[in-house]
Amino acid sequence: MTSLLDIDDLAIAYKTGDHEQRVVHGVSFKVEPGEVVALVGESGSGKTTTAQAVLGLLAANGRVERGAIRLNGTDVSRWSQKRFDAIRGSVVSLIPQDPGSSLNPVRTIGAQLAEVMQIHKRGDRKTIEARVLDLLTRVGLTPAEMRAKQYPHELSGGMKQRVLIAIAVALNPALIVADEPTSALDVTVQRRILDLIDELRRENGTAVLLVTHDLGVAADRADRLVVLQGGRIQEQGPVKEVLASPRSAYTRRLLSDAPSLAKARPERPTPSAVDFAIEVQGLTQDFPVAGGAPFRALDGVSFKVRRGTTHAIVGESGSGKTTAVRSVVGFLKPTAGRIVIDGVDLTTLKGEALRRFRKHIQLVYQNPYGSLDPKQTVQKIIEEPLLNFEPIAAADRARKVRDMMRRVGLPESFLDRHPRALSGGQRQRVAIARALVLDPRVLVLDEAVSALDVTVQAQILALLDELQKALGLTYLFVSHDLAVVQQISDTVSVMHKGRQVDGGPIDKVFVRPDSDYTRELIDAIPGRTMPVLASPAISLQG
Amino acid sequence: MSSDTDLAGVDAGAGARLSWPRRLKRLSPSLALAWAVVAIVLLWAALPQLFTGYSGTEGVPGEQLQAPSAEHVLGTDGLGRDVYARIVYGARYSLAGAFVAVTVGLLIGTLLGLVAGSRDGWADAVIMRLVDSLLAVPSLLLSLSIIVLLGFGTINVAIAVGAVAVARFARLARSEVMRVRRSEYVEAAFGSGGTFRSVLFRHILPNSLTSVIALAALQFGSAILSISTLGFLGYGAPPPTPEWGLLIAEGRNYLSRAWWLTAAPGFVVVLVVLSADRISKAIQKTAP
Repeated sequence: MTSLLDIDDLAIAYKTGDHEQRVVHGVSFKVEPGEVVALVGESGSGKTTTAQAVLGLLAANGRVERGAIRLNGTDVSRWSQKRFDAIRGSVVSLIPQDPGSSLNPVRTIGAQLAEVMQIHKRGDRKTIEARVLDLLTRVGLTPAEMRAKQYPHELSGGMKQRVLIAIAVALNPALIVADEPTSALDVTVQRRILDLIDELRRENGTAVLLVTHDLGVAADRADRLVVLQGGRIQEQGPVKEVLASPRSAYTRRLLSDAPSLAKARPERPTPSAVDFAIEVQGLTQDFPVAGGAPFRALDGVSFKVRRGTTHAIVGESGSGKTTAVRSVVGFLKPTAGRIVIDGVDLTTLKGEALRRFRKHIQLVYQNPYGSLDPKQTVQKIIEEPLLNFEPIAAADRARKVRDMMRRVGLPESFLDRHPRALSGGQRQRVAIARALVLDPRVLVLDEAVSALDVTVQAQILALLDELQKALGLTYLFVSHDLAVVQQISDTVSVMHKGRQVDGGPIDKVFVRPDSDYTRELIDAIPGRTMPVLASPAISLQG
Repeated sequence: MSSDTDLAGVDAGAGARLSWPRRLKRLSPSLALAWAVVAIVLLWAALPQLFTGYSGTEGVPGEQLQAPSAEHVLGTDGLGRDVYARIVYGARYSLAGAFVAVTVGLLIGTLLGLVAGSRDGWADAVIMRLVDSLLAVPSLLLSLSIIVLLGFGTINVAIAVGAVAVARFARLARSEVMRVRRSEYVEAAFGSGGTFRSVLFRHILPNSLTSVIALAALQFGSAILSISTLGFLGYGAPPPTPEWGLLIAEGRNYLSRAWWLTAAPGFVVVLVVLSADRISKAIQKTAP
């Protein structure tokens, strides 16, 4: 019997300038009809490149150097785009990663869904129209008649992803390539979308090639697992076997670094300090809406954080957590409420006084690619905050910068590099160094590890833990990832639609949540089927 | 310290600076040619006597309207002046004019754009409406009006051409500044206690300037073209100045008998303008 998809010794290279860089080195695996195979790996592992090759969607400078991609026994690896057009959508289809940019903003979703059927000439206008409504209903976009006439901007991220799924399944393809289909979505939405893909797959007997960086998602949804690293397969096999007894060291590390609720929380000493570094009381934030009632993004949020501890703010997109952070660091003037940092009410400060106060509270951003000036060297980036306050002699400044580099674990040779010559994890270390160089008392981390691969994430979390112990810092840690939050925080506020629905010590909130919403959030976390591996000694130790 | 695998992620080669020989090797042929053209024309402007033995203004009696030959590479004009020599000596006027024009446009335009982009409210509105009205007037008409106000002459023509470019620089600078201003690193700089001035000079200006410089290179080419146009129309330097536009204008009376009088300076103008465009494109590519 021939496999539905048979990738055999596939090697792919990208041409940059006049040399070719190979990113996939002899990858072989098979997908049988009706099966879910997860392609797991970190960024740069070649998982997306491999998936793109299956669809004939490699970037223009990409080339299949060697090997075969057999769909039902036919090698398609060197097909022209024109030949691919005939099978894309009908035999093999794609659920793309980013629902935000994958739909045409100026056409209705009905028209976009109809398009795939028109291209493949499936029936006349009437049949196609009926099928569009069918499909929209099937993916849960009801009432279908209304939805079909809507434009992408009228839909939420999860709804857009449903449209893309409808497009992908419209012609009943034998294989769906799902490239990080839920990475851009909130956990509760992620669960519903993955459930939907599962249902549709069972109904039609479709095979799914699931590309993901999230081992938890793969564990919950896949039959078989292919673990990629640096363009090579580290390990493959049935999910349960691979996760229960991983053979490769890489898989083991991936497993131990993946944050998980089931994992034992590292013991945290109860802080001796009794005073509060952050006190937020009744924080309310309205945003004006043109010609309407103002939109209330935050509604009476209150929490206190003891000095030297970590408080987490958890919530999905739109929950108000980012607004809360921006108020706490003084970028937004709250409509009502008090924010007391180290005994000073931030809301009463403005102008020069606010500027002077900023050295006490520093922010680390989510995206280390956007928060560092691309024109500055690492040295200049870390040094800059020092120049904003009392003048310090150049030699002292240089020493402070070198100290900071050592603290965040970066070699001194990086000082005259530009951010583009650093990896994501390294950039985040630079951002942390910049935040700490002023000796702040409070560090606000806005999704600071969300954009990083799990192993790098685990390292940055370990670094934060170490810095907290050494410098007695207070963290305000904002995240959508409950598993990460559980690992690092002492107390937590759960936000939902601008309100704090749950709050208190982490053990209490996670074990006995007050609100249904928190329960739903906890239930939605992928990876409950994942076995827990004891952390090897190298990670998470100071 | 934990195991630092992410430190091994990117090696020095990935984004480190290239050495000069390697950079030259990567230079595309067309870009190399463009730089060569600009270099030669700059040398013409600086040291014309190195490139020709003839005078740029004095004719040789009895050698009028000679076709290109070994003696006169690009022929001679109606007064017996060597056309190649006139082009070489004229480079100074045309380049100086273009330089002044671009400087005027770059400085005033960028300043206006910077203020408009970094200050919201009425300053932005006033400046941009001013720029809009500048753009609404046909550029040739605008230059002519300014020349009439300032008087004839190479520098005045240059200033007039530069004034027209102000609007384009202001618009580009404003949009670049607004793009950079919204970036997280600018917010981070304010967050670490930066003042408006320090953020402006440390982050906003360096990051918005690349595109503006690319436009300057592009404007350099079109300024030469505009100055030549105005010279051709007789608003520029008076004869016998060998300014390129004037050369073309003088040659047009002989178009049927001596094509080289217009073709040669015309070709040089086209070549310089194309080179400036090519260089501008290369600069634009380095922008983030």
